[in-house]
Amino acid sequence: MSIERVLLIHGGGGRMARRLIESIVSTFDNTALSRMEDASPIYIPEHEKKSAGDTAEQQPRIVMTTDSFVVTPLFFPGGDIGKLSVCGTVNDLATAGAVPAALSVGLIIEEGFPVRDLERVLTSMKETADSVSVPLITGDTKVVEKGRGDGVYISTAGVGVVRPGIELSPARIEEGDTVLINGSIGNHEASILSARNELSLGAKIESDCAPLGDLMQTVLEAAPEAKCARDPTRGGVTAVLCELAESAGCTITLDEEAIPVNEDVQGLCDILGLDPLQMANEGKMIVIVPGRMAQIVLEAMKTLDVGRNSVKIGEVQKGPGRLVMKTPYGTSRIITMPVGNQLPRIC
Amino acid sequence: MNEPYRDRELVKTVTRKIHDVYPGDAVKIMEVCGTHTMAIAKYGLRSLLPDGLSLISGPGCPVCVTPSSIINAVLELAVLPNVTVATFGDMIRVPGSDKNLEQLKAEGADVRIVYSAYELIDMASSEKDREFVFVSVGFETTTPGIALAILEAEKRGIKNLFFIAANRLVIPALEALCISENTLIDGFLCPGHVSVIIGWDAYRPIADRFHVPCVVGGFEPVDILTAVYEIVRRVSKGEAGVANTYKRAVSEKGNARALEVMDRVFEPADAAWRGIGTIPKSGLKLRDEFAHLEALSHFRVHLIESPDPKGCRCGDVLKGVIIPPECALFGKRCTPENPVGPCMVSSEGSCAAYYRYPKSE
Repeated sequence: MSIERVLLIHGGGGRMARRLIESIVSTFDNTALSRMEDASPIYIPEHEKKSAGDTAEQQPRIVMTTDSFVVTPLFFPGGDIGKLSVCGTVNDLATAGAVPAALSVGLIIEEGFPVRDLERVLTSMKETADSVSVPLITGDTKVVEKGRGDGVYISTAGVGVVRPGIELSPARIEEGDTVLINGSIGNHEASILSARNELSLGAKIESDCAPLGDLMQTVLEAAPEAKCARDPTRGGVTAVLCELAESAGCTITLDEEAIPVNEDVQGLCDILGLDPLQMANEGKMIVIVPGRMAQIVLEAMKTLDVGRNSVKIGEVQKGPGRLVMKTPYGTSRIITMPVGNQLPRIC
Repeated sequence: MNEPYRDRELVKTVTRKIHDVYPGDAVKIMEVCGTHTMAIAKYGLRSLLPDGLSLISGPGCPVCVTPSSIINAVLELAVLPNVTVATFGDMIRVPGSDKNLEQLKAEGADVRIVYSAYELIDMASSEKDREFVFVSVGFETTTPGIALAILEAEKRGIKNLFFIAANRLVIPALEALCISENTLIDGFLCPGHVSVIIGWDAYRPIADRFHVPCVVGGFEPVDILTAVYEIVRRVSKGEAGVANTYKRAVSEKGNARALEVMDRVFEPADAAWRGIGTIPKSGLKLRDEFAHLEALSHFRVHLIESPDPKGCRCGDVLKGVIIPPECALFGKRCTPENPVGPCMVSSEGSCAAYYRYPKSE
């Protein structure tokens, strides 16, 4: 690897994080992993397939993903590590257009962790998994010495099924596509930040933590030809769209006024000098669809609770693979991939 | 609360007024504060202004102006056994002559990021077996809070908390820039946050002595443009003087209580600024009564100036002699991932602002 030691910045979701992930991926060197998607297809050998005549397009595909959760605090307004660990994996499956079929869980528990809290976390996992009708079918538990964990770490993996004909991939993004999102950005990270630092800034900011499998199925029913979907977690909307613009070789232009940010979140960002566009979300999906389908998809998304505030935030244009922000003042700026975690300002 | 100051129509109106009063010759305005630099880049305000009107960044990023001698001293302290170094986020990535705090942290040093010096009081009282050092950087905006924390720590009789007083004062820096021959500035866009504390009247000596308009401005697009308008209007008429376009936050005399607390704990002292050199009475040191809290003397660490990294022109950027893309390292050897100089590190740094928001064609 090109780095000597892992620094915190390598976990920030920006360019430095990508560098670490690329080094890891190159170690394994296989096609599924190298695509760097949030969920990867499982290739079933030809002779194992039941109906020999089916082409790849007619077969449902099985995809798999995994995610780990190390959040502090474990309980925060709007969610907890348990809910997060189910939503994160369900949402990664959703980015591939998959309906979740089964989850696994690995729990790494620190010695001395109160069982009451563990039960709370598990109940929350169960409730979230039940709400999207996905069974948790296997798991593992390890206990580490006191001081060698942070209460509890959770790792989940998920398997899902993608209907034939669905093909979500950044490679399909092209000029004329529209960028949609299902509501306001930055809520999750703002909630964690204010809970972590006990910043008493009036109203409690709730995390947006929510499973988005149903939302994606609604999108795909309205427009099976949808191009790509991503959940903007670490690094926020900026990291996701910079990466998509780059890999699609198109310019994505965002309309700053159209991007929904809650007043409380904006206030916290203004005070700390943070950019909501770079803040993590846990219940948001960026969906890219052909421009002509945008309105229909938007209406469909709005029929669900998690999609009620869906809006169009940008367009895909011909260009050199950049993310551009149009400000309300008739000016524009290029947005570059964040490097790592944002640092609060001093003055 | 900031909504009216982000109003699109108002932005248009003020922009038009700037074009109306713009005299046609080159006008160079320095925005002193790093938060202004970032806001100007973020809102794309440069592209709204007349061609000959340039906004250049000044020495208003506390991390950027902290000299390498202090950074090196902090790094030296961070590796001492049972010593915790705490500071504001931006400081941990500033390169010293060898490493930075972030690397030392990964190697096992206890480095903590805090939002306020007050957090150190709890840490120091609950972890009595460690010694804590707060790296105190910042201008008049942050200094009063630090002074309060020092008073509180003294009151509680905390014995294991020390400070590196690297705070700086804005007015002496502006004065030094005006005296310097290679910085020709037609007007200062004065820092809103600092002015909340020091009051707008504090700029009067600069405005009068150097005949340069000093206008205090806020941080929203309408605020910034209104301040720019006021400066250009004054330049075009050959007027100087002080004006306050950030009335909702800044008063004539500032925050008397904050100034008083600062004065109780600190006294002005000559201080080194990165790239600029030593400016008389531009820094703060702990008064004799609090001198035992000074970390450098407690740990017997000496300040050793190391030359700026080869090719790094942070000093010229801080003085407004060049804009960041004119530095040969900018965007090539020096990026936010691998910063050579501090102006690329801090979220308030001019180089970081230019890098993060490149001019769109």
